[in-house]
Amino acid sequence: MKIQSQVSMVFHLDKCIGCHTCTVACKNIWTDRKGAEYMYWNNVETKPGTGYPTRWEDQGKYRGGWVLGGKKGRLRLRLQGKWGTLGNIFYNPYLPTLDDYFEPWTYDYQNLFDAPEGDDQPTARAISMVTGRYMDTIEAGPNWDDDLGGSQVYANNDPNLDHATEEERRLMEEIGRVVFFYLPRICNHCLNPGCVAACPAGAIYKRGEDGIVLVSQERCRAWRMCISGCPYKKTYFNWSTGKAEKCILCYPRLESGQPPACFHSCVGRIRYVGLVLYDADRIEAAASAPQAELVQAQRDAILDPFDPKVIAAAQAAGIPDAKIDAAQKSPVYKFVKRWHLALPLHPEFRTLPMLFYVPPMGPVLAKMDNGKYDTMDAKAEGLAPMLSALEKSRVPLRYMASLFSAGNEEIIRKVYRKLVAVRVYMRAQRVKDIPEAEVQKALAEGGTDAREVEAIFRLTSLPTFEERFVVPAMERETAVEALFPPLDPIARNYPTHKGEVGIGFHHDPQRGM
Amino acid sequence: MSDIVLFAAFPYVAVVLAIGGGFYRFRHDRFSYSSLSSELLEKRRLFWGSVPWHYGITIVLLAHLVAFLVPGVWSRVIAAPATLYTLEVIGFAFALAALMGLCVLIARRLTQQRIRSVTTIMDWVLLAVLLLQVALGFWVSLVYRWGADWYVHTAVPWLISLASLNPQTQYVSSLPWLVKLHMLNGFVVIALFAFSRLAHLVALPFWYLWRPYQLVIRNR
Repeated sequence: MKIQSQVSMVFHLDKCIGCHTCTVACKNIWTDRKGAEYMYWNNVETKPGTGYPTRWEDQGKYRGGWVLGGKKGRLRLRLQGKWGTLGNIFYNPYLPTLDDYFEPWTYDYQNLFDAPEGDDQPTARAISMVTGRYMDTIEAGPNWDDDLGGSQVYANNDPNLDHATEEERRLMEEIGRVVFFYLPRICNHCLNPGCVAACPAGAIYKRGEDGIVLVSQERCRAWRMCISGCPYKKTYFNWSTGKAEKCILCYPRLESGQPPACFHSCVGRIRYVGLVLYDADRIEAAASAPQAELVQAQRDAILDPFDPKVIAAAQAAGIPDAKIDAAQKSPVYKFVKRWHLALPLHPEFRTLPMLFYVPPMGPVLAKMDNGKYDTMDAKAEGLAPMLSALEKSRVPLRYMASLFSAGNEEIIRKVYRKLVAVRVYMRAQRVKDIPEAEVQKALAEGGTDAREVEAIFRLTSLPTFEERFVVPAMERETAVEALFPPLDPIARNYPTHKGEVGIGFHHDPQRGM
Repeated sequence: MSDIVLFAAFPYVAVVLAIGGGFYRFRHDRFSYSSLSSELLEKRRLFWGSVPWHYGITIVLLAHLVAFLVPGVWSRVIAAPATLYTLEVIGFAFALAALMGLCVLIARRLTQQRIRSVTTIMDWVLLAVLLLQVALGFWVSLVYRWGADWYVHTAVPWLISLASLNPQTQYVSSLPWLVKLHMLNGFVVIALFAFSRLAHLVALPFWYLWRPYQLVIRNR
């Protein structure tokens, strides 16, 4: 057993209102720089939708993540082997281009002041932030398909709908009742990261202390394999400095005991940040599990922080008591491991992503019947409306399974049954309009009990800041040390100011000669 | 006199600039060590430029290097006329690929607005020097045939004399000026090494083949 600790996050999608405040906070702090304008380390996507960059989930095009291959069925990068990396180093066939994201632009505001008097109002034309030239037609932008952009084109192009039946598609697309939800995405800080494995320069590494995946800006040589290697397309290429960049989980904030900016700014308070302890020896087995068992294999790699054996091994591995304590109070541990409610995004990419999502309860399938709005088949099955809703959700289980469980619908069904049980139980408590027998049935169906349901309700609806964010600040002496890039043998005094990217530079990170 | 300046002094200056400058840059501005790829901005033309250029120039440079390092073996290999012809044709083909690739890359840099916005003056200097070098090499191999052979008896002894710190310019002083220019310009390329994106040459990540996939790094 090789115990490591990892900072991890849960997104409760039922609470996400798609306001993009997280994106704005992240953008203002980290990617408000030349060459990084097009980057969104944090973005919020409308699902079903094509996402950012367009169709990033389509690994036939982008070749991200891992596959089981060869005669022995061993884990290998979908992108290419190591020799393939060297062979393709002059030209990476699977690299997205700027057009797969969008060309960033600003506006010619000065024209509003300087335009000569005329018959029409002056306009501020768009100017490309790459070429500095006017852009006549803007063809894409950040969140171009937000709220589906008023059309079904984006939803129809969602790769997760490739296996949907005609009926399922029809129900999702019914005009006027179009259904969607939001998916906030940052770097998953995976246990088996594809970007680290794909980087031939060895510039990307996982921090042993907290599992944050970082790019050493001084080691990156712009071989750009990480961008392809990451199936979530969460490593980006700074076209100006010629370096890869990615979400740093706001590690300078974390080290001083503050949560990441995306977490801190979240209006719906959908995010939970905590530590989990995991067994590094199980990573390979978990990542090469059969597809349907991937979620469970990842859960198994996360260890019980209350188990005396785990505690002893963690102490032996040099994990401070403050972290073990935090792991015991971790909201992430509860959602992921104890309650089995939060699931990884696209576990079939086999990177063991360490962000988890509680799937949203979609609007239920209903129809107008004799002027009366009724949930489908509820009466026929003799169930309360909320119970019948589960498998009749307008967002089909299969779609959710494609996102969160590598196609295993049983896992999704269990999550929803438990979520339904929470709702039924709490409604019975508060509104008192559900008979006790039905409550008991819901609890049994959800595989849960009153105590657990109340704990889930508490952490879902009424958590304090301290319950949502449980990560101890780094010890002061380690924090100072951590400001030195570990790959840099020259111990210099690295200030961290905004103009210097906050990643630690003496001088501006300008494009090389 | 000019021979001594150009063929005895200048090569040392170039090499010292490359090594000294390279180390200085690595020590003080490591961030700038990058291949500065522009594939994100433009991809289609890059394929037709970058791939033939890099593979072509790598093979041609390797041939130069092998003949310099093991001239005896090289002479014996090309002693058979059939082998000599074959090697010349192969070298010619790769040189052609490199030249065409380089032309595509230059055209791409000239015509693509996005690429122009990430082009520095040094990029233009480097491209001009490289184009001159490849074109000269190509022309020399066309006009003065069997370079695979005479290279071993002219440039190689000169380079060896340079490497053994005992420069002997007489090996090259009577060569045609086209050949001399090719040699000199070669050292201009070396002189530019530390001051341009050429520096990415030494960053070629061969150790990737041996390292484990995952890297975990801790403080302490």
